[in-house]
Amino acid sequence: MSHIHAEDLVVEFPIYGARSRSLKNTVIRAATGGVLATDAAQRTVVRAIDHLSFDWNEGDRIGLVGHNGSGKTTLLRALGGIYEPIGGSLSVNGRVASMLNLTLGMDDYATGYENIFIRGTILGLNRREIAGMVDEICEFSELGDFINMPMRTYSSGMSMRLAFTISTSVKADIILMDEWIGVGDEAFSEKAQRRLAELVGKAKILVLASHSPDIIRANCNKVVRLDHGRIVGEI
Amino acid sequence: MPESEIELDQPLAASVAAAASSQTKSRLRLALDDIREGVLSKDIWLMLGWLEVKQRYRRSVLGPFWLTISSALIISAMGPLYGKLFNQPIGDYFAFLAVSYIIWQLMSQIITDACYAFITAESYIKQVRLPLTVHIYRIMWRNLIIFLHNFVIVLLVLAYFRPALDWHLLLFPFAILMFLVNAVWVSITLGLVCARFRDIPLIVNNLVLVAFFVTPIMWKPEMLGRYQWTVNLNPFYHFLEIIRQPLLGGPVNLVSWLAVAGITVVGFAGMLKLFSRFRTRVAYWV
Repeated sequence: MSHIHAEDLVVEFPIYGARSRSLKNTVIRAATGGVLATDAAQRTVVRAIDHLSFDWNEGDRIGLVGHNGSGKTTLLRALGGIYEPIGGSLSVNGRVASMLNLTLGMDDYATGYENIFIRGTILGLNRREIAGMVDEICEFSELGDFINMPMRTYSSGMSMRLAFTISTSVKADIILMDEWIGVGDEAFSEKAQRRLAELVGKAKILVLASHSPDIIRANCNKVVRLDHGRIVGEI
Repeated sequence: MPESEIELDQPLAASVAAAASSQTKSRLRLALDDIREGVLSKDIWLMLGWLEVKQRYRRSVLGPFWLTISSALIISAMGPLYGKLFNQPIGDYFAFLAVSYIIWQLMSQIITDACYAFITAESYIKQVRLPLTVHIYRIMWRNLIIFLHNFVIVLLVLAYFRPALDWHLLLFPFAILMFLVNAVWVSITLGLVCARFRDIPLIVNNLVLVAFFVTPIMWKPEMLGRYQWTVNLNPFYHFLEIIRQPLLGGPVNLVSWLAVAGITVVGFAGMLKLFSRFRTRVAYWV
C-alpha cells in the first residue's frame, strides 16, 4: 500500500548571509554568552511549508498549483526525503522517483552509452539492471550511432532525449514531478508523452507541480493550491 | 518520524529529559545507518570517484600520472638537498622522504577535499536521496586512486634502496585500513562543519600547510635530540609512523599504534555526536 501522510508538516530555511555564516560571529556570540539566545531566536528563517496536513492514497493524482515561491518545489523535495521536516510528521510509503532533474550526474565527455550507466547508478540501479535496459533506451531515444559518441557532440535536444528516456525507465510507486516533462521535436515529443503517461499510469501516486491548468486537468484528479506554504484550496 | 514532533515550536525547557534521550538514540541510529548504507551504495561512489579522476585528466596523455611525475620531481629535488643539510646517509634518507611524502599527500589531500565534500555535492544532495556518506566515500576513493598512482614511486624507491624488510610488511595493509577508517570520521566532521561555516576550509588549508613542516616528513624525530618526545603530541606523526615503518623495515612503533587506536575511538565518538545532530541539516546548508 503506497500512501503519503503528513501532519502539521513544517519546512523552514535558515538564511545564512555572509555575516551569520562566518565563524567569527559564532565565536563572538559563543563568547558573549547572553547574546546567544536572542541571536539564535532572531535568526531569519523562511517558512516554505507551513503546517500542512494531508493524506494521499493509491490512485491519487495530485496537482500542486500556486504562485512562484508558494512552496511547491520545497514540498516535492520534502516528499522525496531531501529536506527533513523541521516540525510535524511525514510518512511516505512506496518507492519514490523524483523527476526533478533528469540530467543530474551526466558527463559531457562520456559517451551516451556510458551515461546510461552513470544515470542508472544514480537512480539506484545496479549494473545488471542497467545492462538489461540499455537496448531499450538506445532504441527509444533514437540516437543511433551517436550512443557511442561523447555527449558533448549531442544537440541539446538529443541529450534531453537520452536523459528523459533513462529517467523514465525506472519503475516507481510514487512519482514526483516539477512541471510536466516535454522533450524533443514533434515526432519524438508525441512518443515521449505516451511513455510518460504509461509510467505515470503504472505508478500508484503522482504528485505534479505545474503552472499549466491544462496539464493539471489532463493528469490529475485532485488539485491542491498552495500559497505561502499553506493549503488554500483543495478540489 | 515521531521524534521531530517533539523538537520544534516548543521551548527547549519543555522537552522532557526522557523524550530527549530517546530522540538522541534514534538520531544516532539514523546516523549509523547513513554510514552503513553509504558503504553499501558502493556502486555510486566507486563510479563517481573514478569519473572525477577521469574528468580531471581528460585528454591528457599521462592522466593522473602527472601527479606521480610531480611528486617524483619534488622528492628527487628535496632528497639530496635535505639529506645533505641534515647530514643523513643518502639512501636511507631518500627512502624515508619518498615514503613519508607520498603518504602525506594522501592524508593532506583527503583532509582538504573533505572540507568541500558536501559543498561540491550540492546538486546531488538537493536532487536525489542518497546516504550523505556517499560523498565522503567518493572523495576518499578518488584520493586512494591517486595514491595508487603515486605509489609507483614508493615501489621504485624501495626496489632501488632495498631497506631490510621483514614480516612487519604485513602490517602495512592493516595500517592503511586504520588510516581509512579514521579518514571517515575526519571527513564527515570536516564536511559538516565546512558546509555550515565557509571560513573553515580556508583555515584547514593553512593548518595542513603548517602540519607539513612540523610533522616529521622531511626530518626525522631523532633530529630533535632531547625534544624527540614532542612528536608524540602530533596525531599526523602516529598515522605516518604506522604506515611507513612497515615499508622502511623499521621497528613496530607501539606508542603510535596505541595512539591511533585511541584517536579512532575518540574521533568516532565525537563525529557520531555531531553527525547525528546535524546530518539532516546539510541539505539546508549547502
